[in-house]
Amino acid sequence: MRGATHARWIACAAAMALAATACGGGDDSDGGSGSGDAGAVLSSSWGDPQNPLEPANTNEVQGGKVLDMIFRGLKRYDPKTGEAKDMLAEDIETTDSQNFTITVKDGWTFQNGEKVTAKSFVDAWNYGASLKNNQKNAYFFEYIEGYDKTHPDDGSKQTADTLSGLKVVDENTFTVKLTQKFSTFPDTLGYNAFAPLPQSFFTDHDAWLAKPVGNGPYAVDSYTKGSQLSVRKWDDYPGEDKAQNGGVDLKVYTDNNTAYTDLMAGNLDLVDDVPAAQLKNVEADLGDRYINTPAGIIQTLSFPFYDENWNKEGSDKVREGLSRAIDRDQITDTIFQKTRTPATDWTSPVLGEEGGYKEGLCGDACEYDADAAKKLIQEGGGLPGGQVKITYNADTGSHKQWVDAVCNSINNALDNDKACVGNPVGTFADYRNQITQRKMSGPFRAGWQMDYPLIQNFLQPLYYTNASSNDGKWSNAEFDKLVDQANAESDTTKAVETFQKAEEVVRDNMAAIPLWYQNGSAGYSARLSDVALNPFSVPVYDQIKVG
Amino acid sequence: MGRYVARRLLQMIPVFVGATLLIFLMVNVMGDPIAGLCGDRECDPATAAQLRREFGLDKPVGQQYLTYMGNVFTGDFGTAFNGQEVTELMASAFPVTIRLTIVAILFEIVIGITLGVVTGLRRGRPVDTGALVITLVVISVPTFVTGLLLQLLLGVEWGWISPSVSSDATFDELIVPGLVLASVSLAYVTRLTRTSIAENTRADYVRTAVAKGLPRHRVIRKHLLRNSLIPVVTFIGTDIGALMGGAIVTERIFNIHGVGYQLYQGILRQNTQTVVGFVTVLVLVFLIANLLVDLLYAVLDPRIRYA
Repeated sequence: MRGATHARWIACAAAMALAATACGGGDDSDGGSGSGDAGAVLSSSWGDPQNPLEPANTNEVQGGKVLDMIFRGLKRYDPKTGEAKDMLAEDIETTDSQNFTITVKDGWTFQNGEKVTAKSFVDAWNYGASLKNNQKNAYFFEYIEGYDKTHPDDGSKQTADTLSGLKVVDENTFTVKLTQKFSTFPDTLGYNAFAPLPQSFFTDHDAWLAKPVGNGPYAVDSYTKGSQLSVRKWDDYPGEDKAQNGGVDLKVYTDNNTAYTDLMAGNLDLVDDVPAAQLKNVEADLGDRYINTPAGIIQTLSFPFYDENWNKEGSDKVREGLSRAIDRDQITDTIFQKTRTPATDWTSPVLGEEGGYKEGLCGDACEYDADAAKKLIQEGGGLPGGQVKITYNADTGSHKQWVDAVCNSINNALDNDKACVGNPVGTFADYRNQITQRKMSGPFRAGWQMDYPLIQNFLQPLYYTNASSNDGKWSNAEFDKLVDQANAESDTTKAVETFQKAEEVVRDNMAAIPLWYQNGSAGYSARLSDVALNPFSVPVYDQIKVG
Repeated sequence: MGRYVARRLLQMIPVFVGATLLIFLMVNVMGDPIAGLCGDRECDPATAAQLRREFGLDKPVGQQYLTYMGNVFTGDFGTAFNGQEVTELMASAFPVTIRLTIVAILFEIVIGITLGVVTGLRRGRPVDTGALVITLVVISVPTFVTGLLLQLLLGVEWGWISPSVSSDATFDELIVPGLVLASVSLAYVTRLTRTSIAENTRADYVRTAVAKGLPRHRVIRKHLLRNSLIPVVTFIGTDIGALMGGAIVTERIFNIHGVGYQLYQGILRQNTQTVVGFVTVLVLVFLIANLLVDLLYAVLDPRIRYA
């Protein structure tokens, strides 16, 4: 299974390099009215992280948010453009795209005074890859030689604790040997899983988890699990992106409505998730202190291709018909108050045109047309069993609302009030369960939040045969071939073009119905200025000015 | 009295085992909790298998239950998915909820019983009718409406309180949430006391006490109230457990990180250890509260002791 996901990382470096030049013009800071009090602390809403706060074990936004404040890795994705820029990396050299020599900048230390060296990275990566540590991001290390020994796929006993492909050369240099050519490996190094770790992480793990020590602009001041994490500006931070405020108090809210109420009452400075129920009033409440910007998130409807009903002659027409029966404009306007943008391709606008986003790539297939929808579904042999059930988890988000709206739209278009119904599943865990056990009988909700801003990340993990997030188990030889080609391509413009060709295969088969791009939303108090969301929809905390 | 207590304690055992077993089965029926751990992507199979082994999820449910209960008796409630000991979660959650419950119970006792006595003694007067109407309204409006309304008015519009409770959750912060939590029970306590008092005012022993020439406050306190409180004590006693377990709505509205919050989180993440652990303790709270109520009976009415 894992083998088939090969080259998930392999991507086009140009996507990022070009995105940078494309967006580089807009780097002036707006709203920089007050200089701000550099010592003032702001408070922000937070969700309880699902996993312990360890770089290689954090795979959701809430934990990632903290890691992004307290850690800096070899690379860092520019908060505005998404470009992967050198951070701790002095130099990453390769002659064959398979063996890399990485030099770490001098003068960086952890917040406990320990120096950040090549060993800090090698130890951290070895820890992340080792099966016995149960790190949920372990697969990020799978292209490094020796991964199969430290993390055997079949779950059998691991035969090595360290990756044979990692070697410390001297204090500031280490080498990485991959199992295959991978020219854009450096661009993936901005991901949290690749952060360096101090020795105290290994020697006193529990103490470290209770109060993580990193090397970023903020240091953890106190952490009360489940209720609050306070970070304070780290004065000795050697990087250029020093914190512009004194620190951040992240307060756990069970309900984002309460967080919003607290913001209104002046108890909270920043809410990074405006609740759906408040979207109608948010502009009246906050005016220009409401942010609504695109993020690297797309929502789609996937199909169970393991179910014969959805994988037979004419099924693609049924899928396309369903896509045409969905009035995306109306739903994004009424249900989401324009915090979603109707999707016209399978990537995200944050990639930029050079990065692979192509407006309108979906063409007619994503345009609402009741007559065409009816005709297509008829030609395709009608809906399997006369009815589609859209499965979703009902515990979070406003999934019920939009699924009902989508069904409504389909029913209206097909003049059949039984054509589509929602099929709620109680919890997200149960929902994931049913997906992994291949129990889906019709379309189901799928969302994808990018790991890094590359077109590859929107296609390969989702549609490549047996890829890690290919929940519908779609498989297409031509798509796989094009992705392989794109990954091997050293010229980045060509790589993007090849990825787009692959995306066209997705379109022609309607492997998944693109619904809308999700925006990041935030609201903040009058005390703050220079608030912005990065392409991952996380506030750029270190640049916020208070006062 | 001793035999009575012993019998009551023995009765608790099957209830305890049955309740925990049921919860254990119910949480397990929901499916594999590891599936939801890796977000929108499938967990890598080797790690998932390892996690399952570590949490003992690869064993048959019966065996899991036995192991679990065995551990519980040694004080080990297992580990939540975020790496925290469940006992640690309990240590942070229960004090908060207990404080909230105390505030709520105090409201019930002070306001509820006072109102009940006042209205019970003045049946049919405007005070009585007014209290009846108000309690009817309180009972019929759901807690989350009362909660959100008070939060909006007192917290945002008038700025008297903070709309959310800080992580310390001190007593003064819990006054409004406690009132909200208590509101429905408070109305019941009022009505229960009122009826009971109204009934007993005509009882022979009250007439005798009055005829003896005892002062009015003594008649009310020593004779009337003591006999009228039995149903009220039953209600408040069982309500302790209900308030602790049922605080989910109130805790969510005011962002209180107590038992309700941990249970909600545990159910959402399908975290067997958290859910079963907390429910186990709640079951114990219920049982002990019931026991206390029964013992209080015996104090209030000695006849029950010998029955």
